Amino acid sequence: MHDLMLAPALGCAPQTIGTVTITENTGVALASVAARHGKSASCERVLKSVLGAVPDIGKAVLRDPEAGFWMGPDQWMIGAPMETHETLADHLKTKFGADASITEQSGGWVIFDVVGEKMPDMCEILCNVPIRKMDAGDVQRTLIHQLGCFVIRRTNADHIRILGPRSSAQSLHHVLTTAAMAVA
Amino acid sequence: MSQKNRIAGGQIDRDTPLNFTFDGKSYEGHAGDTLASALLANGVRLMGRSFKYHRPRGPLTAGSEEPNALVQLRSGARQEPNTRATTTELFGGLTATSQNKLGSLSFDLLAVNDRFSNFLTAGFYYKTFMWPAAFWEKVYEPIIRRAAGLGSLSLEDDPDVYDKGFLHCDLLIIGAGPSGLMAALTAARSGADVILADEDFRMGGRLNSETYEIDAASGADWARKTVAELANMPNVRLLPRTTVIGAFDHGIYGAVERVSDHVATPASGKPRQILWRIYSQKTVLAAGAIERPIAFDNNDRPGIMTASALRSYANRFGVAVDKRTVIFTNNDDGHRSAADLHAKGVRVIVIDTRMDARKSPDYEVLVGAQVINTLGRLGLTFVTVRLADGSERTIECGALGMAGGWNPNVHLTCHQRGRPTWNNALAAFVPGALPVGMLVAGAANGDLSTAGALAGGAAAARKALGLRGRLPALPLAEDAPIKVTPFWYVEGASRAWLDQQNDVTVKDVKLSYQEGFKSVEHLKRYTTLGMATDQGKTSNVGGLAIMAELAGKDIPEVGTTIFRPPYTPVAIGAFGGRHRGQEFHPKRLTPSHGWAEEQGAVFVEVGNWMRAQWFPKPGETSWRESVDREVLATRGSVGVCDVTTLGKVDVQGQDAATFLNMIYCNGFAKLPVGKSRYGLMLREDGIAMDDGTAARLAEDHFVVTTTTANAVSVYRHMEFVRQCLAPDLDVQLISTTESWAQYAVAGPKARRVLEKIVDQDISNDAFPFMACANITVCGGLRARLFRISFSGELAFEIAVPTAYGDALIRRIMTAGEEFDITPYGTEALGVMRIEKGHATGNELNGTTTAANLGMGRMVSTKKDSIGAILSRRSGLNTADDLRAVGIKPINHDDTVPAGSHLMNTGAPVDAAHDQGYVTSACYSPNLGHHIALAFLKDGENRIGDTMRLVSPLTGVDVEVEICSAHFIDPEGERLRA
Amino acid sequence: MIIDHPLLGPRDSAEFTYMGDARLIERPSPDAEDAAAAFYEYAYLRDNPAGLHRELWFHEAGDRSWLVVTRNTVTHEIAKVELATDVARAKGRST
Repeated sequence: MHDLMLAPALGCAPQTIGTVTITENTGVALASVAARHGKSASCERVLKSVLGAVPDIGKAVLRDPEAGFWMGPDQWMIGAPMETHETLADHLKTKFGADASITEQSGGWVIFDVVGEKMPDMCEILCNVPIRKMDAGDVQRTLIHQLGCFVIRRTNADHIRILGPRSSAQSLHHVLTTAAMAVA
Repeated sequence: MSQKNRIAGGQIDRDTPLNFTFDGKSYEGHAGDTLASALLANGVRLMGRSFKYHRPRGPLTAGSEEPNALVQLRSGARQEPNTRATTTELFGGLTATSQNKLGSLSFDLLAVNDRFSNFLTAGFYYKTFMWPAAFWEKVYEPIIRRAAGLGSLSLEDDPDVYDKGFLHCDLLIIGAGPSGLMAALTAARSGADVILADEDFRMGGRLNSETYEIDAASGADWARKTVAELANMPNVRLLPRTTVIGAFDHGIYGAVERVSDHVATPASGKPRQILWRIYSQKTVLAAGAIERPIAFDNNDRPGIMTASALRSYANRFGVAVDKRTVIFTNNDDGHRSAADLHAKGVRVIVIDTRMDARKSPDYEVLVGAQVINTLGRLGLTFVTVRLADGSERTIECGALGMAGGWNPNVHLTCHQRGRPTWNNALAAFVPGALPVGMLVAGAANGDLSTAGALAGGAAAARKALGLRGRLPALPLAEDAPIKVTPFWYVEGASRAWLDQQNDVTVKDVKLSYQEGFKSVEHLKRYTTLGMATDQGKTSNVGGLAIMAELAGKDIPEVGTTIFRPPYTPVAIGAFGGRHRGQEFHPKRLTPSHGWAEEQGAVFVEVGNWMRAQWFPKPGETSWRESVDREVLATRGSVGVCDVTTLGKVDVQGQDAATFLNMIYCNGFAKLPVGKSRYGLMLREDGIAMDDGTAARLAEDHFVVTTTTANAVSVYRHMEFVRQCLAPDLDVQLISTTESWAQYAVAGPKARRVLEKIVDQDISNDAFPFMACANITVCGGLRARLFRISFSGELAFEIAVPTAYGDALIRRIMTAGEEFDITPYGTEALGVMRIEKGHATGNELNGTTTAANLGMGRMVSTKKDSIGAILSRRSGLNTADDLRAVGIKPINHDDTVPAGSHLMNTGAPVDAAHDQGYVTSACYSPNLGHHIALAFLKDGENRIGDTMRLVSPLTGVDVEVEICSAHFIDPEGERLRA
Repeated sequence: MIIDHPLLGPRDSAEFTYMGDARLIERPSPDAEDAAAAFYEYAYLRDNPAGLHRELWFHEAGDRSWLVVTRNTVTHEIAKVELATDVARAKGRST
């Protein structure tokens, strides 16, 4: 067992601004699955066995411990508890075999959970997603202040999850907090 | 009582007095006032000086079309010039100052311009400041610049923040007057998602300014009740204080919401304004209409305004501008103003140009009469009227309302190339071809009665949403035509103002015509009619009418100028949003950023990345000292550099090798697993695009690197090839730049350092030059190791999942302690690659071919690849092609700066004799002098030649020797060690 | 502008990167006799129609699909949006 310490993308404490709480979520390991050419059907069968269902275009399957969402044609992101990050990609590779290409993505993303009554108002000044028309399980890739992010509606009530590029965790967190202040 | 012109009624909150100052003097107004209404209530009619002649001016209108009453609002950093007093919502502590004066507002020294008006006519500047040419920059321009413009900037940073946002709706309704409110009500009750935007702080539009009744209540009451009903509906979003500034393609509208302009300073964290991008399925434009003035001599004195403005000030704001008022009209609506003012106790005389004008028992009507002149130095005191019989009469008054008819507000209908059409009955332009998805209702559509507006609004909403079924009963409202007879200007008028913002008179328009500037667009540019902040909202049609008369044409034949966004001026800050200063663009931090900060690194922006440029040590006084040390230490022992920023793309699939063969000009099919190879990508035109390495980790898995700068565009190109050119190859691409932290460990001791970290044998036999592998480090962490070298030293690049990047750099530093491991930044990286003759963006600069780079033989002829065919064209393969070479100064103290050009010794220094140019240069601490990389014609055959290196612009002229670009270890023994 | 993405529905054109004429899909055969001339045309010659134009848009901030958008360059009216892979296959690029 190695002795290197895992560093969070940002390492900041949850912050409540007005009604909205912004929390860095360090508990998710990620790997992407891309169907091999001509293997969509078999790939989707495995996907179903892993997630319980195949995420439709623009949708997520929200499930524990493994969740997933559609990224692009024949491409999905799988999320799993962070404890599994050492083995997630290998585990998926074993399951999918020659049906899919697996790419480890745990290190690539910073994840923020944004929860609160004013979440939709905040969304409106952050990015071009029709947040008020999105239901739990809807996912949209979009730009948040020039950063390519996934916005996942987790609950119909007041919870979205934002996946953004890890190297810009600080910038992304800054725009989230200023937006929360603007609508507070 | 200080508010001497305040009268009963209106929709101001008399329980909330607000203090404010204008030109340093304190006044009191009420909540619900605008700055203009509050000043008028206090008897202040004079609010500014005109642009060119510095004539005294007061408000012409009570809305956003205002050309005159522009003030400087607030002070200090928040000072904002050219703010319309007529739309500025009064707040406690507001400070405003008048503009465009030298001295005081009532005694403006530049008012002398008015005396010279005969010289300062249209085209004056064009004609006068022609010669002598040398005078332009030194004399004329500074004088003109000082005299021109209205307000001034604070020249301080704007302390406020601005947001940008996105809204979505089924129906966007622009304008909350009777038609807009009725449209909103109709749509909202059907369940549609509705956004109702209005530029005013109080919704209701003209209803707030009229005495019309709707359903036996006042129009203002009906508006208030309707707004309250809408506010309670979850599918309705009301946006007061929001101007829709533009209609863009496919139902996208721009709107500025003034979130905090009505308070002294925005609350903490709150934006001053939000620039909304509104996505609407359908749009109802219910922007109302603007009353137009009439041109007669001296029609610009403070106290002269549109009749509807007088009506607004009386009905909505409880202000009688003066107790003795004259209305000059060509239509029945002027009489409406007269009746309303009379009801408020104002003595009114109506001058009606029409011979058949109706008389009134309440006020005197002069039929077939015209106002021909006015008096009053700083404000109106008398008007001179020519009666129907030709005699003249002088009337004492302090306010004059001009009722020249109404112009439907067609602005936004024109933003998609639509041109308005002329309506003879209204003597006005009405909407023509509309943007896709837009409907127009109410006065904006030429429906000038309240009943018409209500019906039009309801019908537009029903049509927009495809609602069927019985039409619900509409509220009962007044319905009367305004019966206008076109009347644009008084015969013989000369200094009769058309465009008060730009000081354009009837005479100027005539002059423009005489001098041949007859097209509308020429007229605008010659006279400036319709320019500046109001964009001619009150003046354009009048100007057109005069042009039409001069040309003997109809108004529609003369044309109309094109309306473009924005509808009203927008602060630059709103367009910038949060993207300013340090937030101009997001920053990307490398995994070692925190550690590098601890080391005191100096950072440089590379794209969005912040990279360590060098790591100064205590006592080092210049960047060169640090960089030289880093280079020498790396070449002497070992150095480490964060190279995470290089683009990384995961290429997987059975056909991955075939795919790489296509995008790289050199071959990859036979690259064995466990090996990496340098790859050069060409554009289809044969020019080099990018370079990097591809490492084969498995039969069906490569990791491709790109340069930092081109990571995004190369990935896009790879997807283009995959999806558009080879859609049925089994290839999957994922960008993994962010997923791996990668460090270059370089120098003769590099292996000794990494042996302590890596869990496997990395001896030269086990892991030779260009080897690559999935490995583990530190007892089990998955990692990737590449034996590649940019510095020319024995080097490895080691990658771990990004979250371990910080831990790994610290571990490498600990492991390297005994070898004095030195972190190096991008400067040292640059020096070492120049010493080694490696190309980067300076060399792959979008004009160079593989042959230029000395890599011509890499372009495989055995396979197809992007750019291969065109790289072989004769034009790119001439005998004296540029070749990459090295440059050394003969005199070792000379520098050889990048951008300098190579010339043959003794030849003239000019473009015709140019032999090549320097792309990259640095001081080489290993060689003890400056070196450079250059492209030189026929360079490979000129090694050893002496040439002249010149840069006439920067005074460089030195003798140099042409040499190999490989200054260090040309045989490559070090990297294979 | 709004581009009606075949998979994702209406999306703002700001999410896309533009690359011009969709004829770039029709890359000439490198083995043909006149390959040099064909590639010269392919790389350099473009029509510039005032009217319908088939063009390539990359959904950079979205699902990374290349699309072929048929757009009227005068009115910006978008007549058709297709996945570029489908177009490429129809053009016989599968081999």
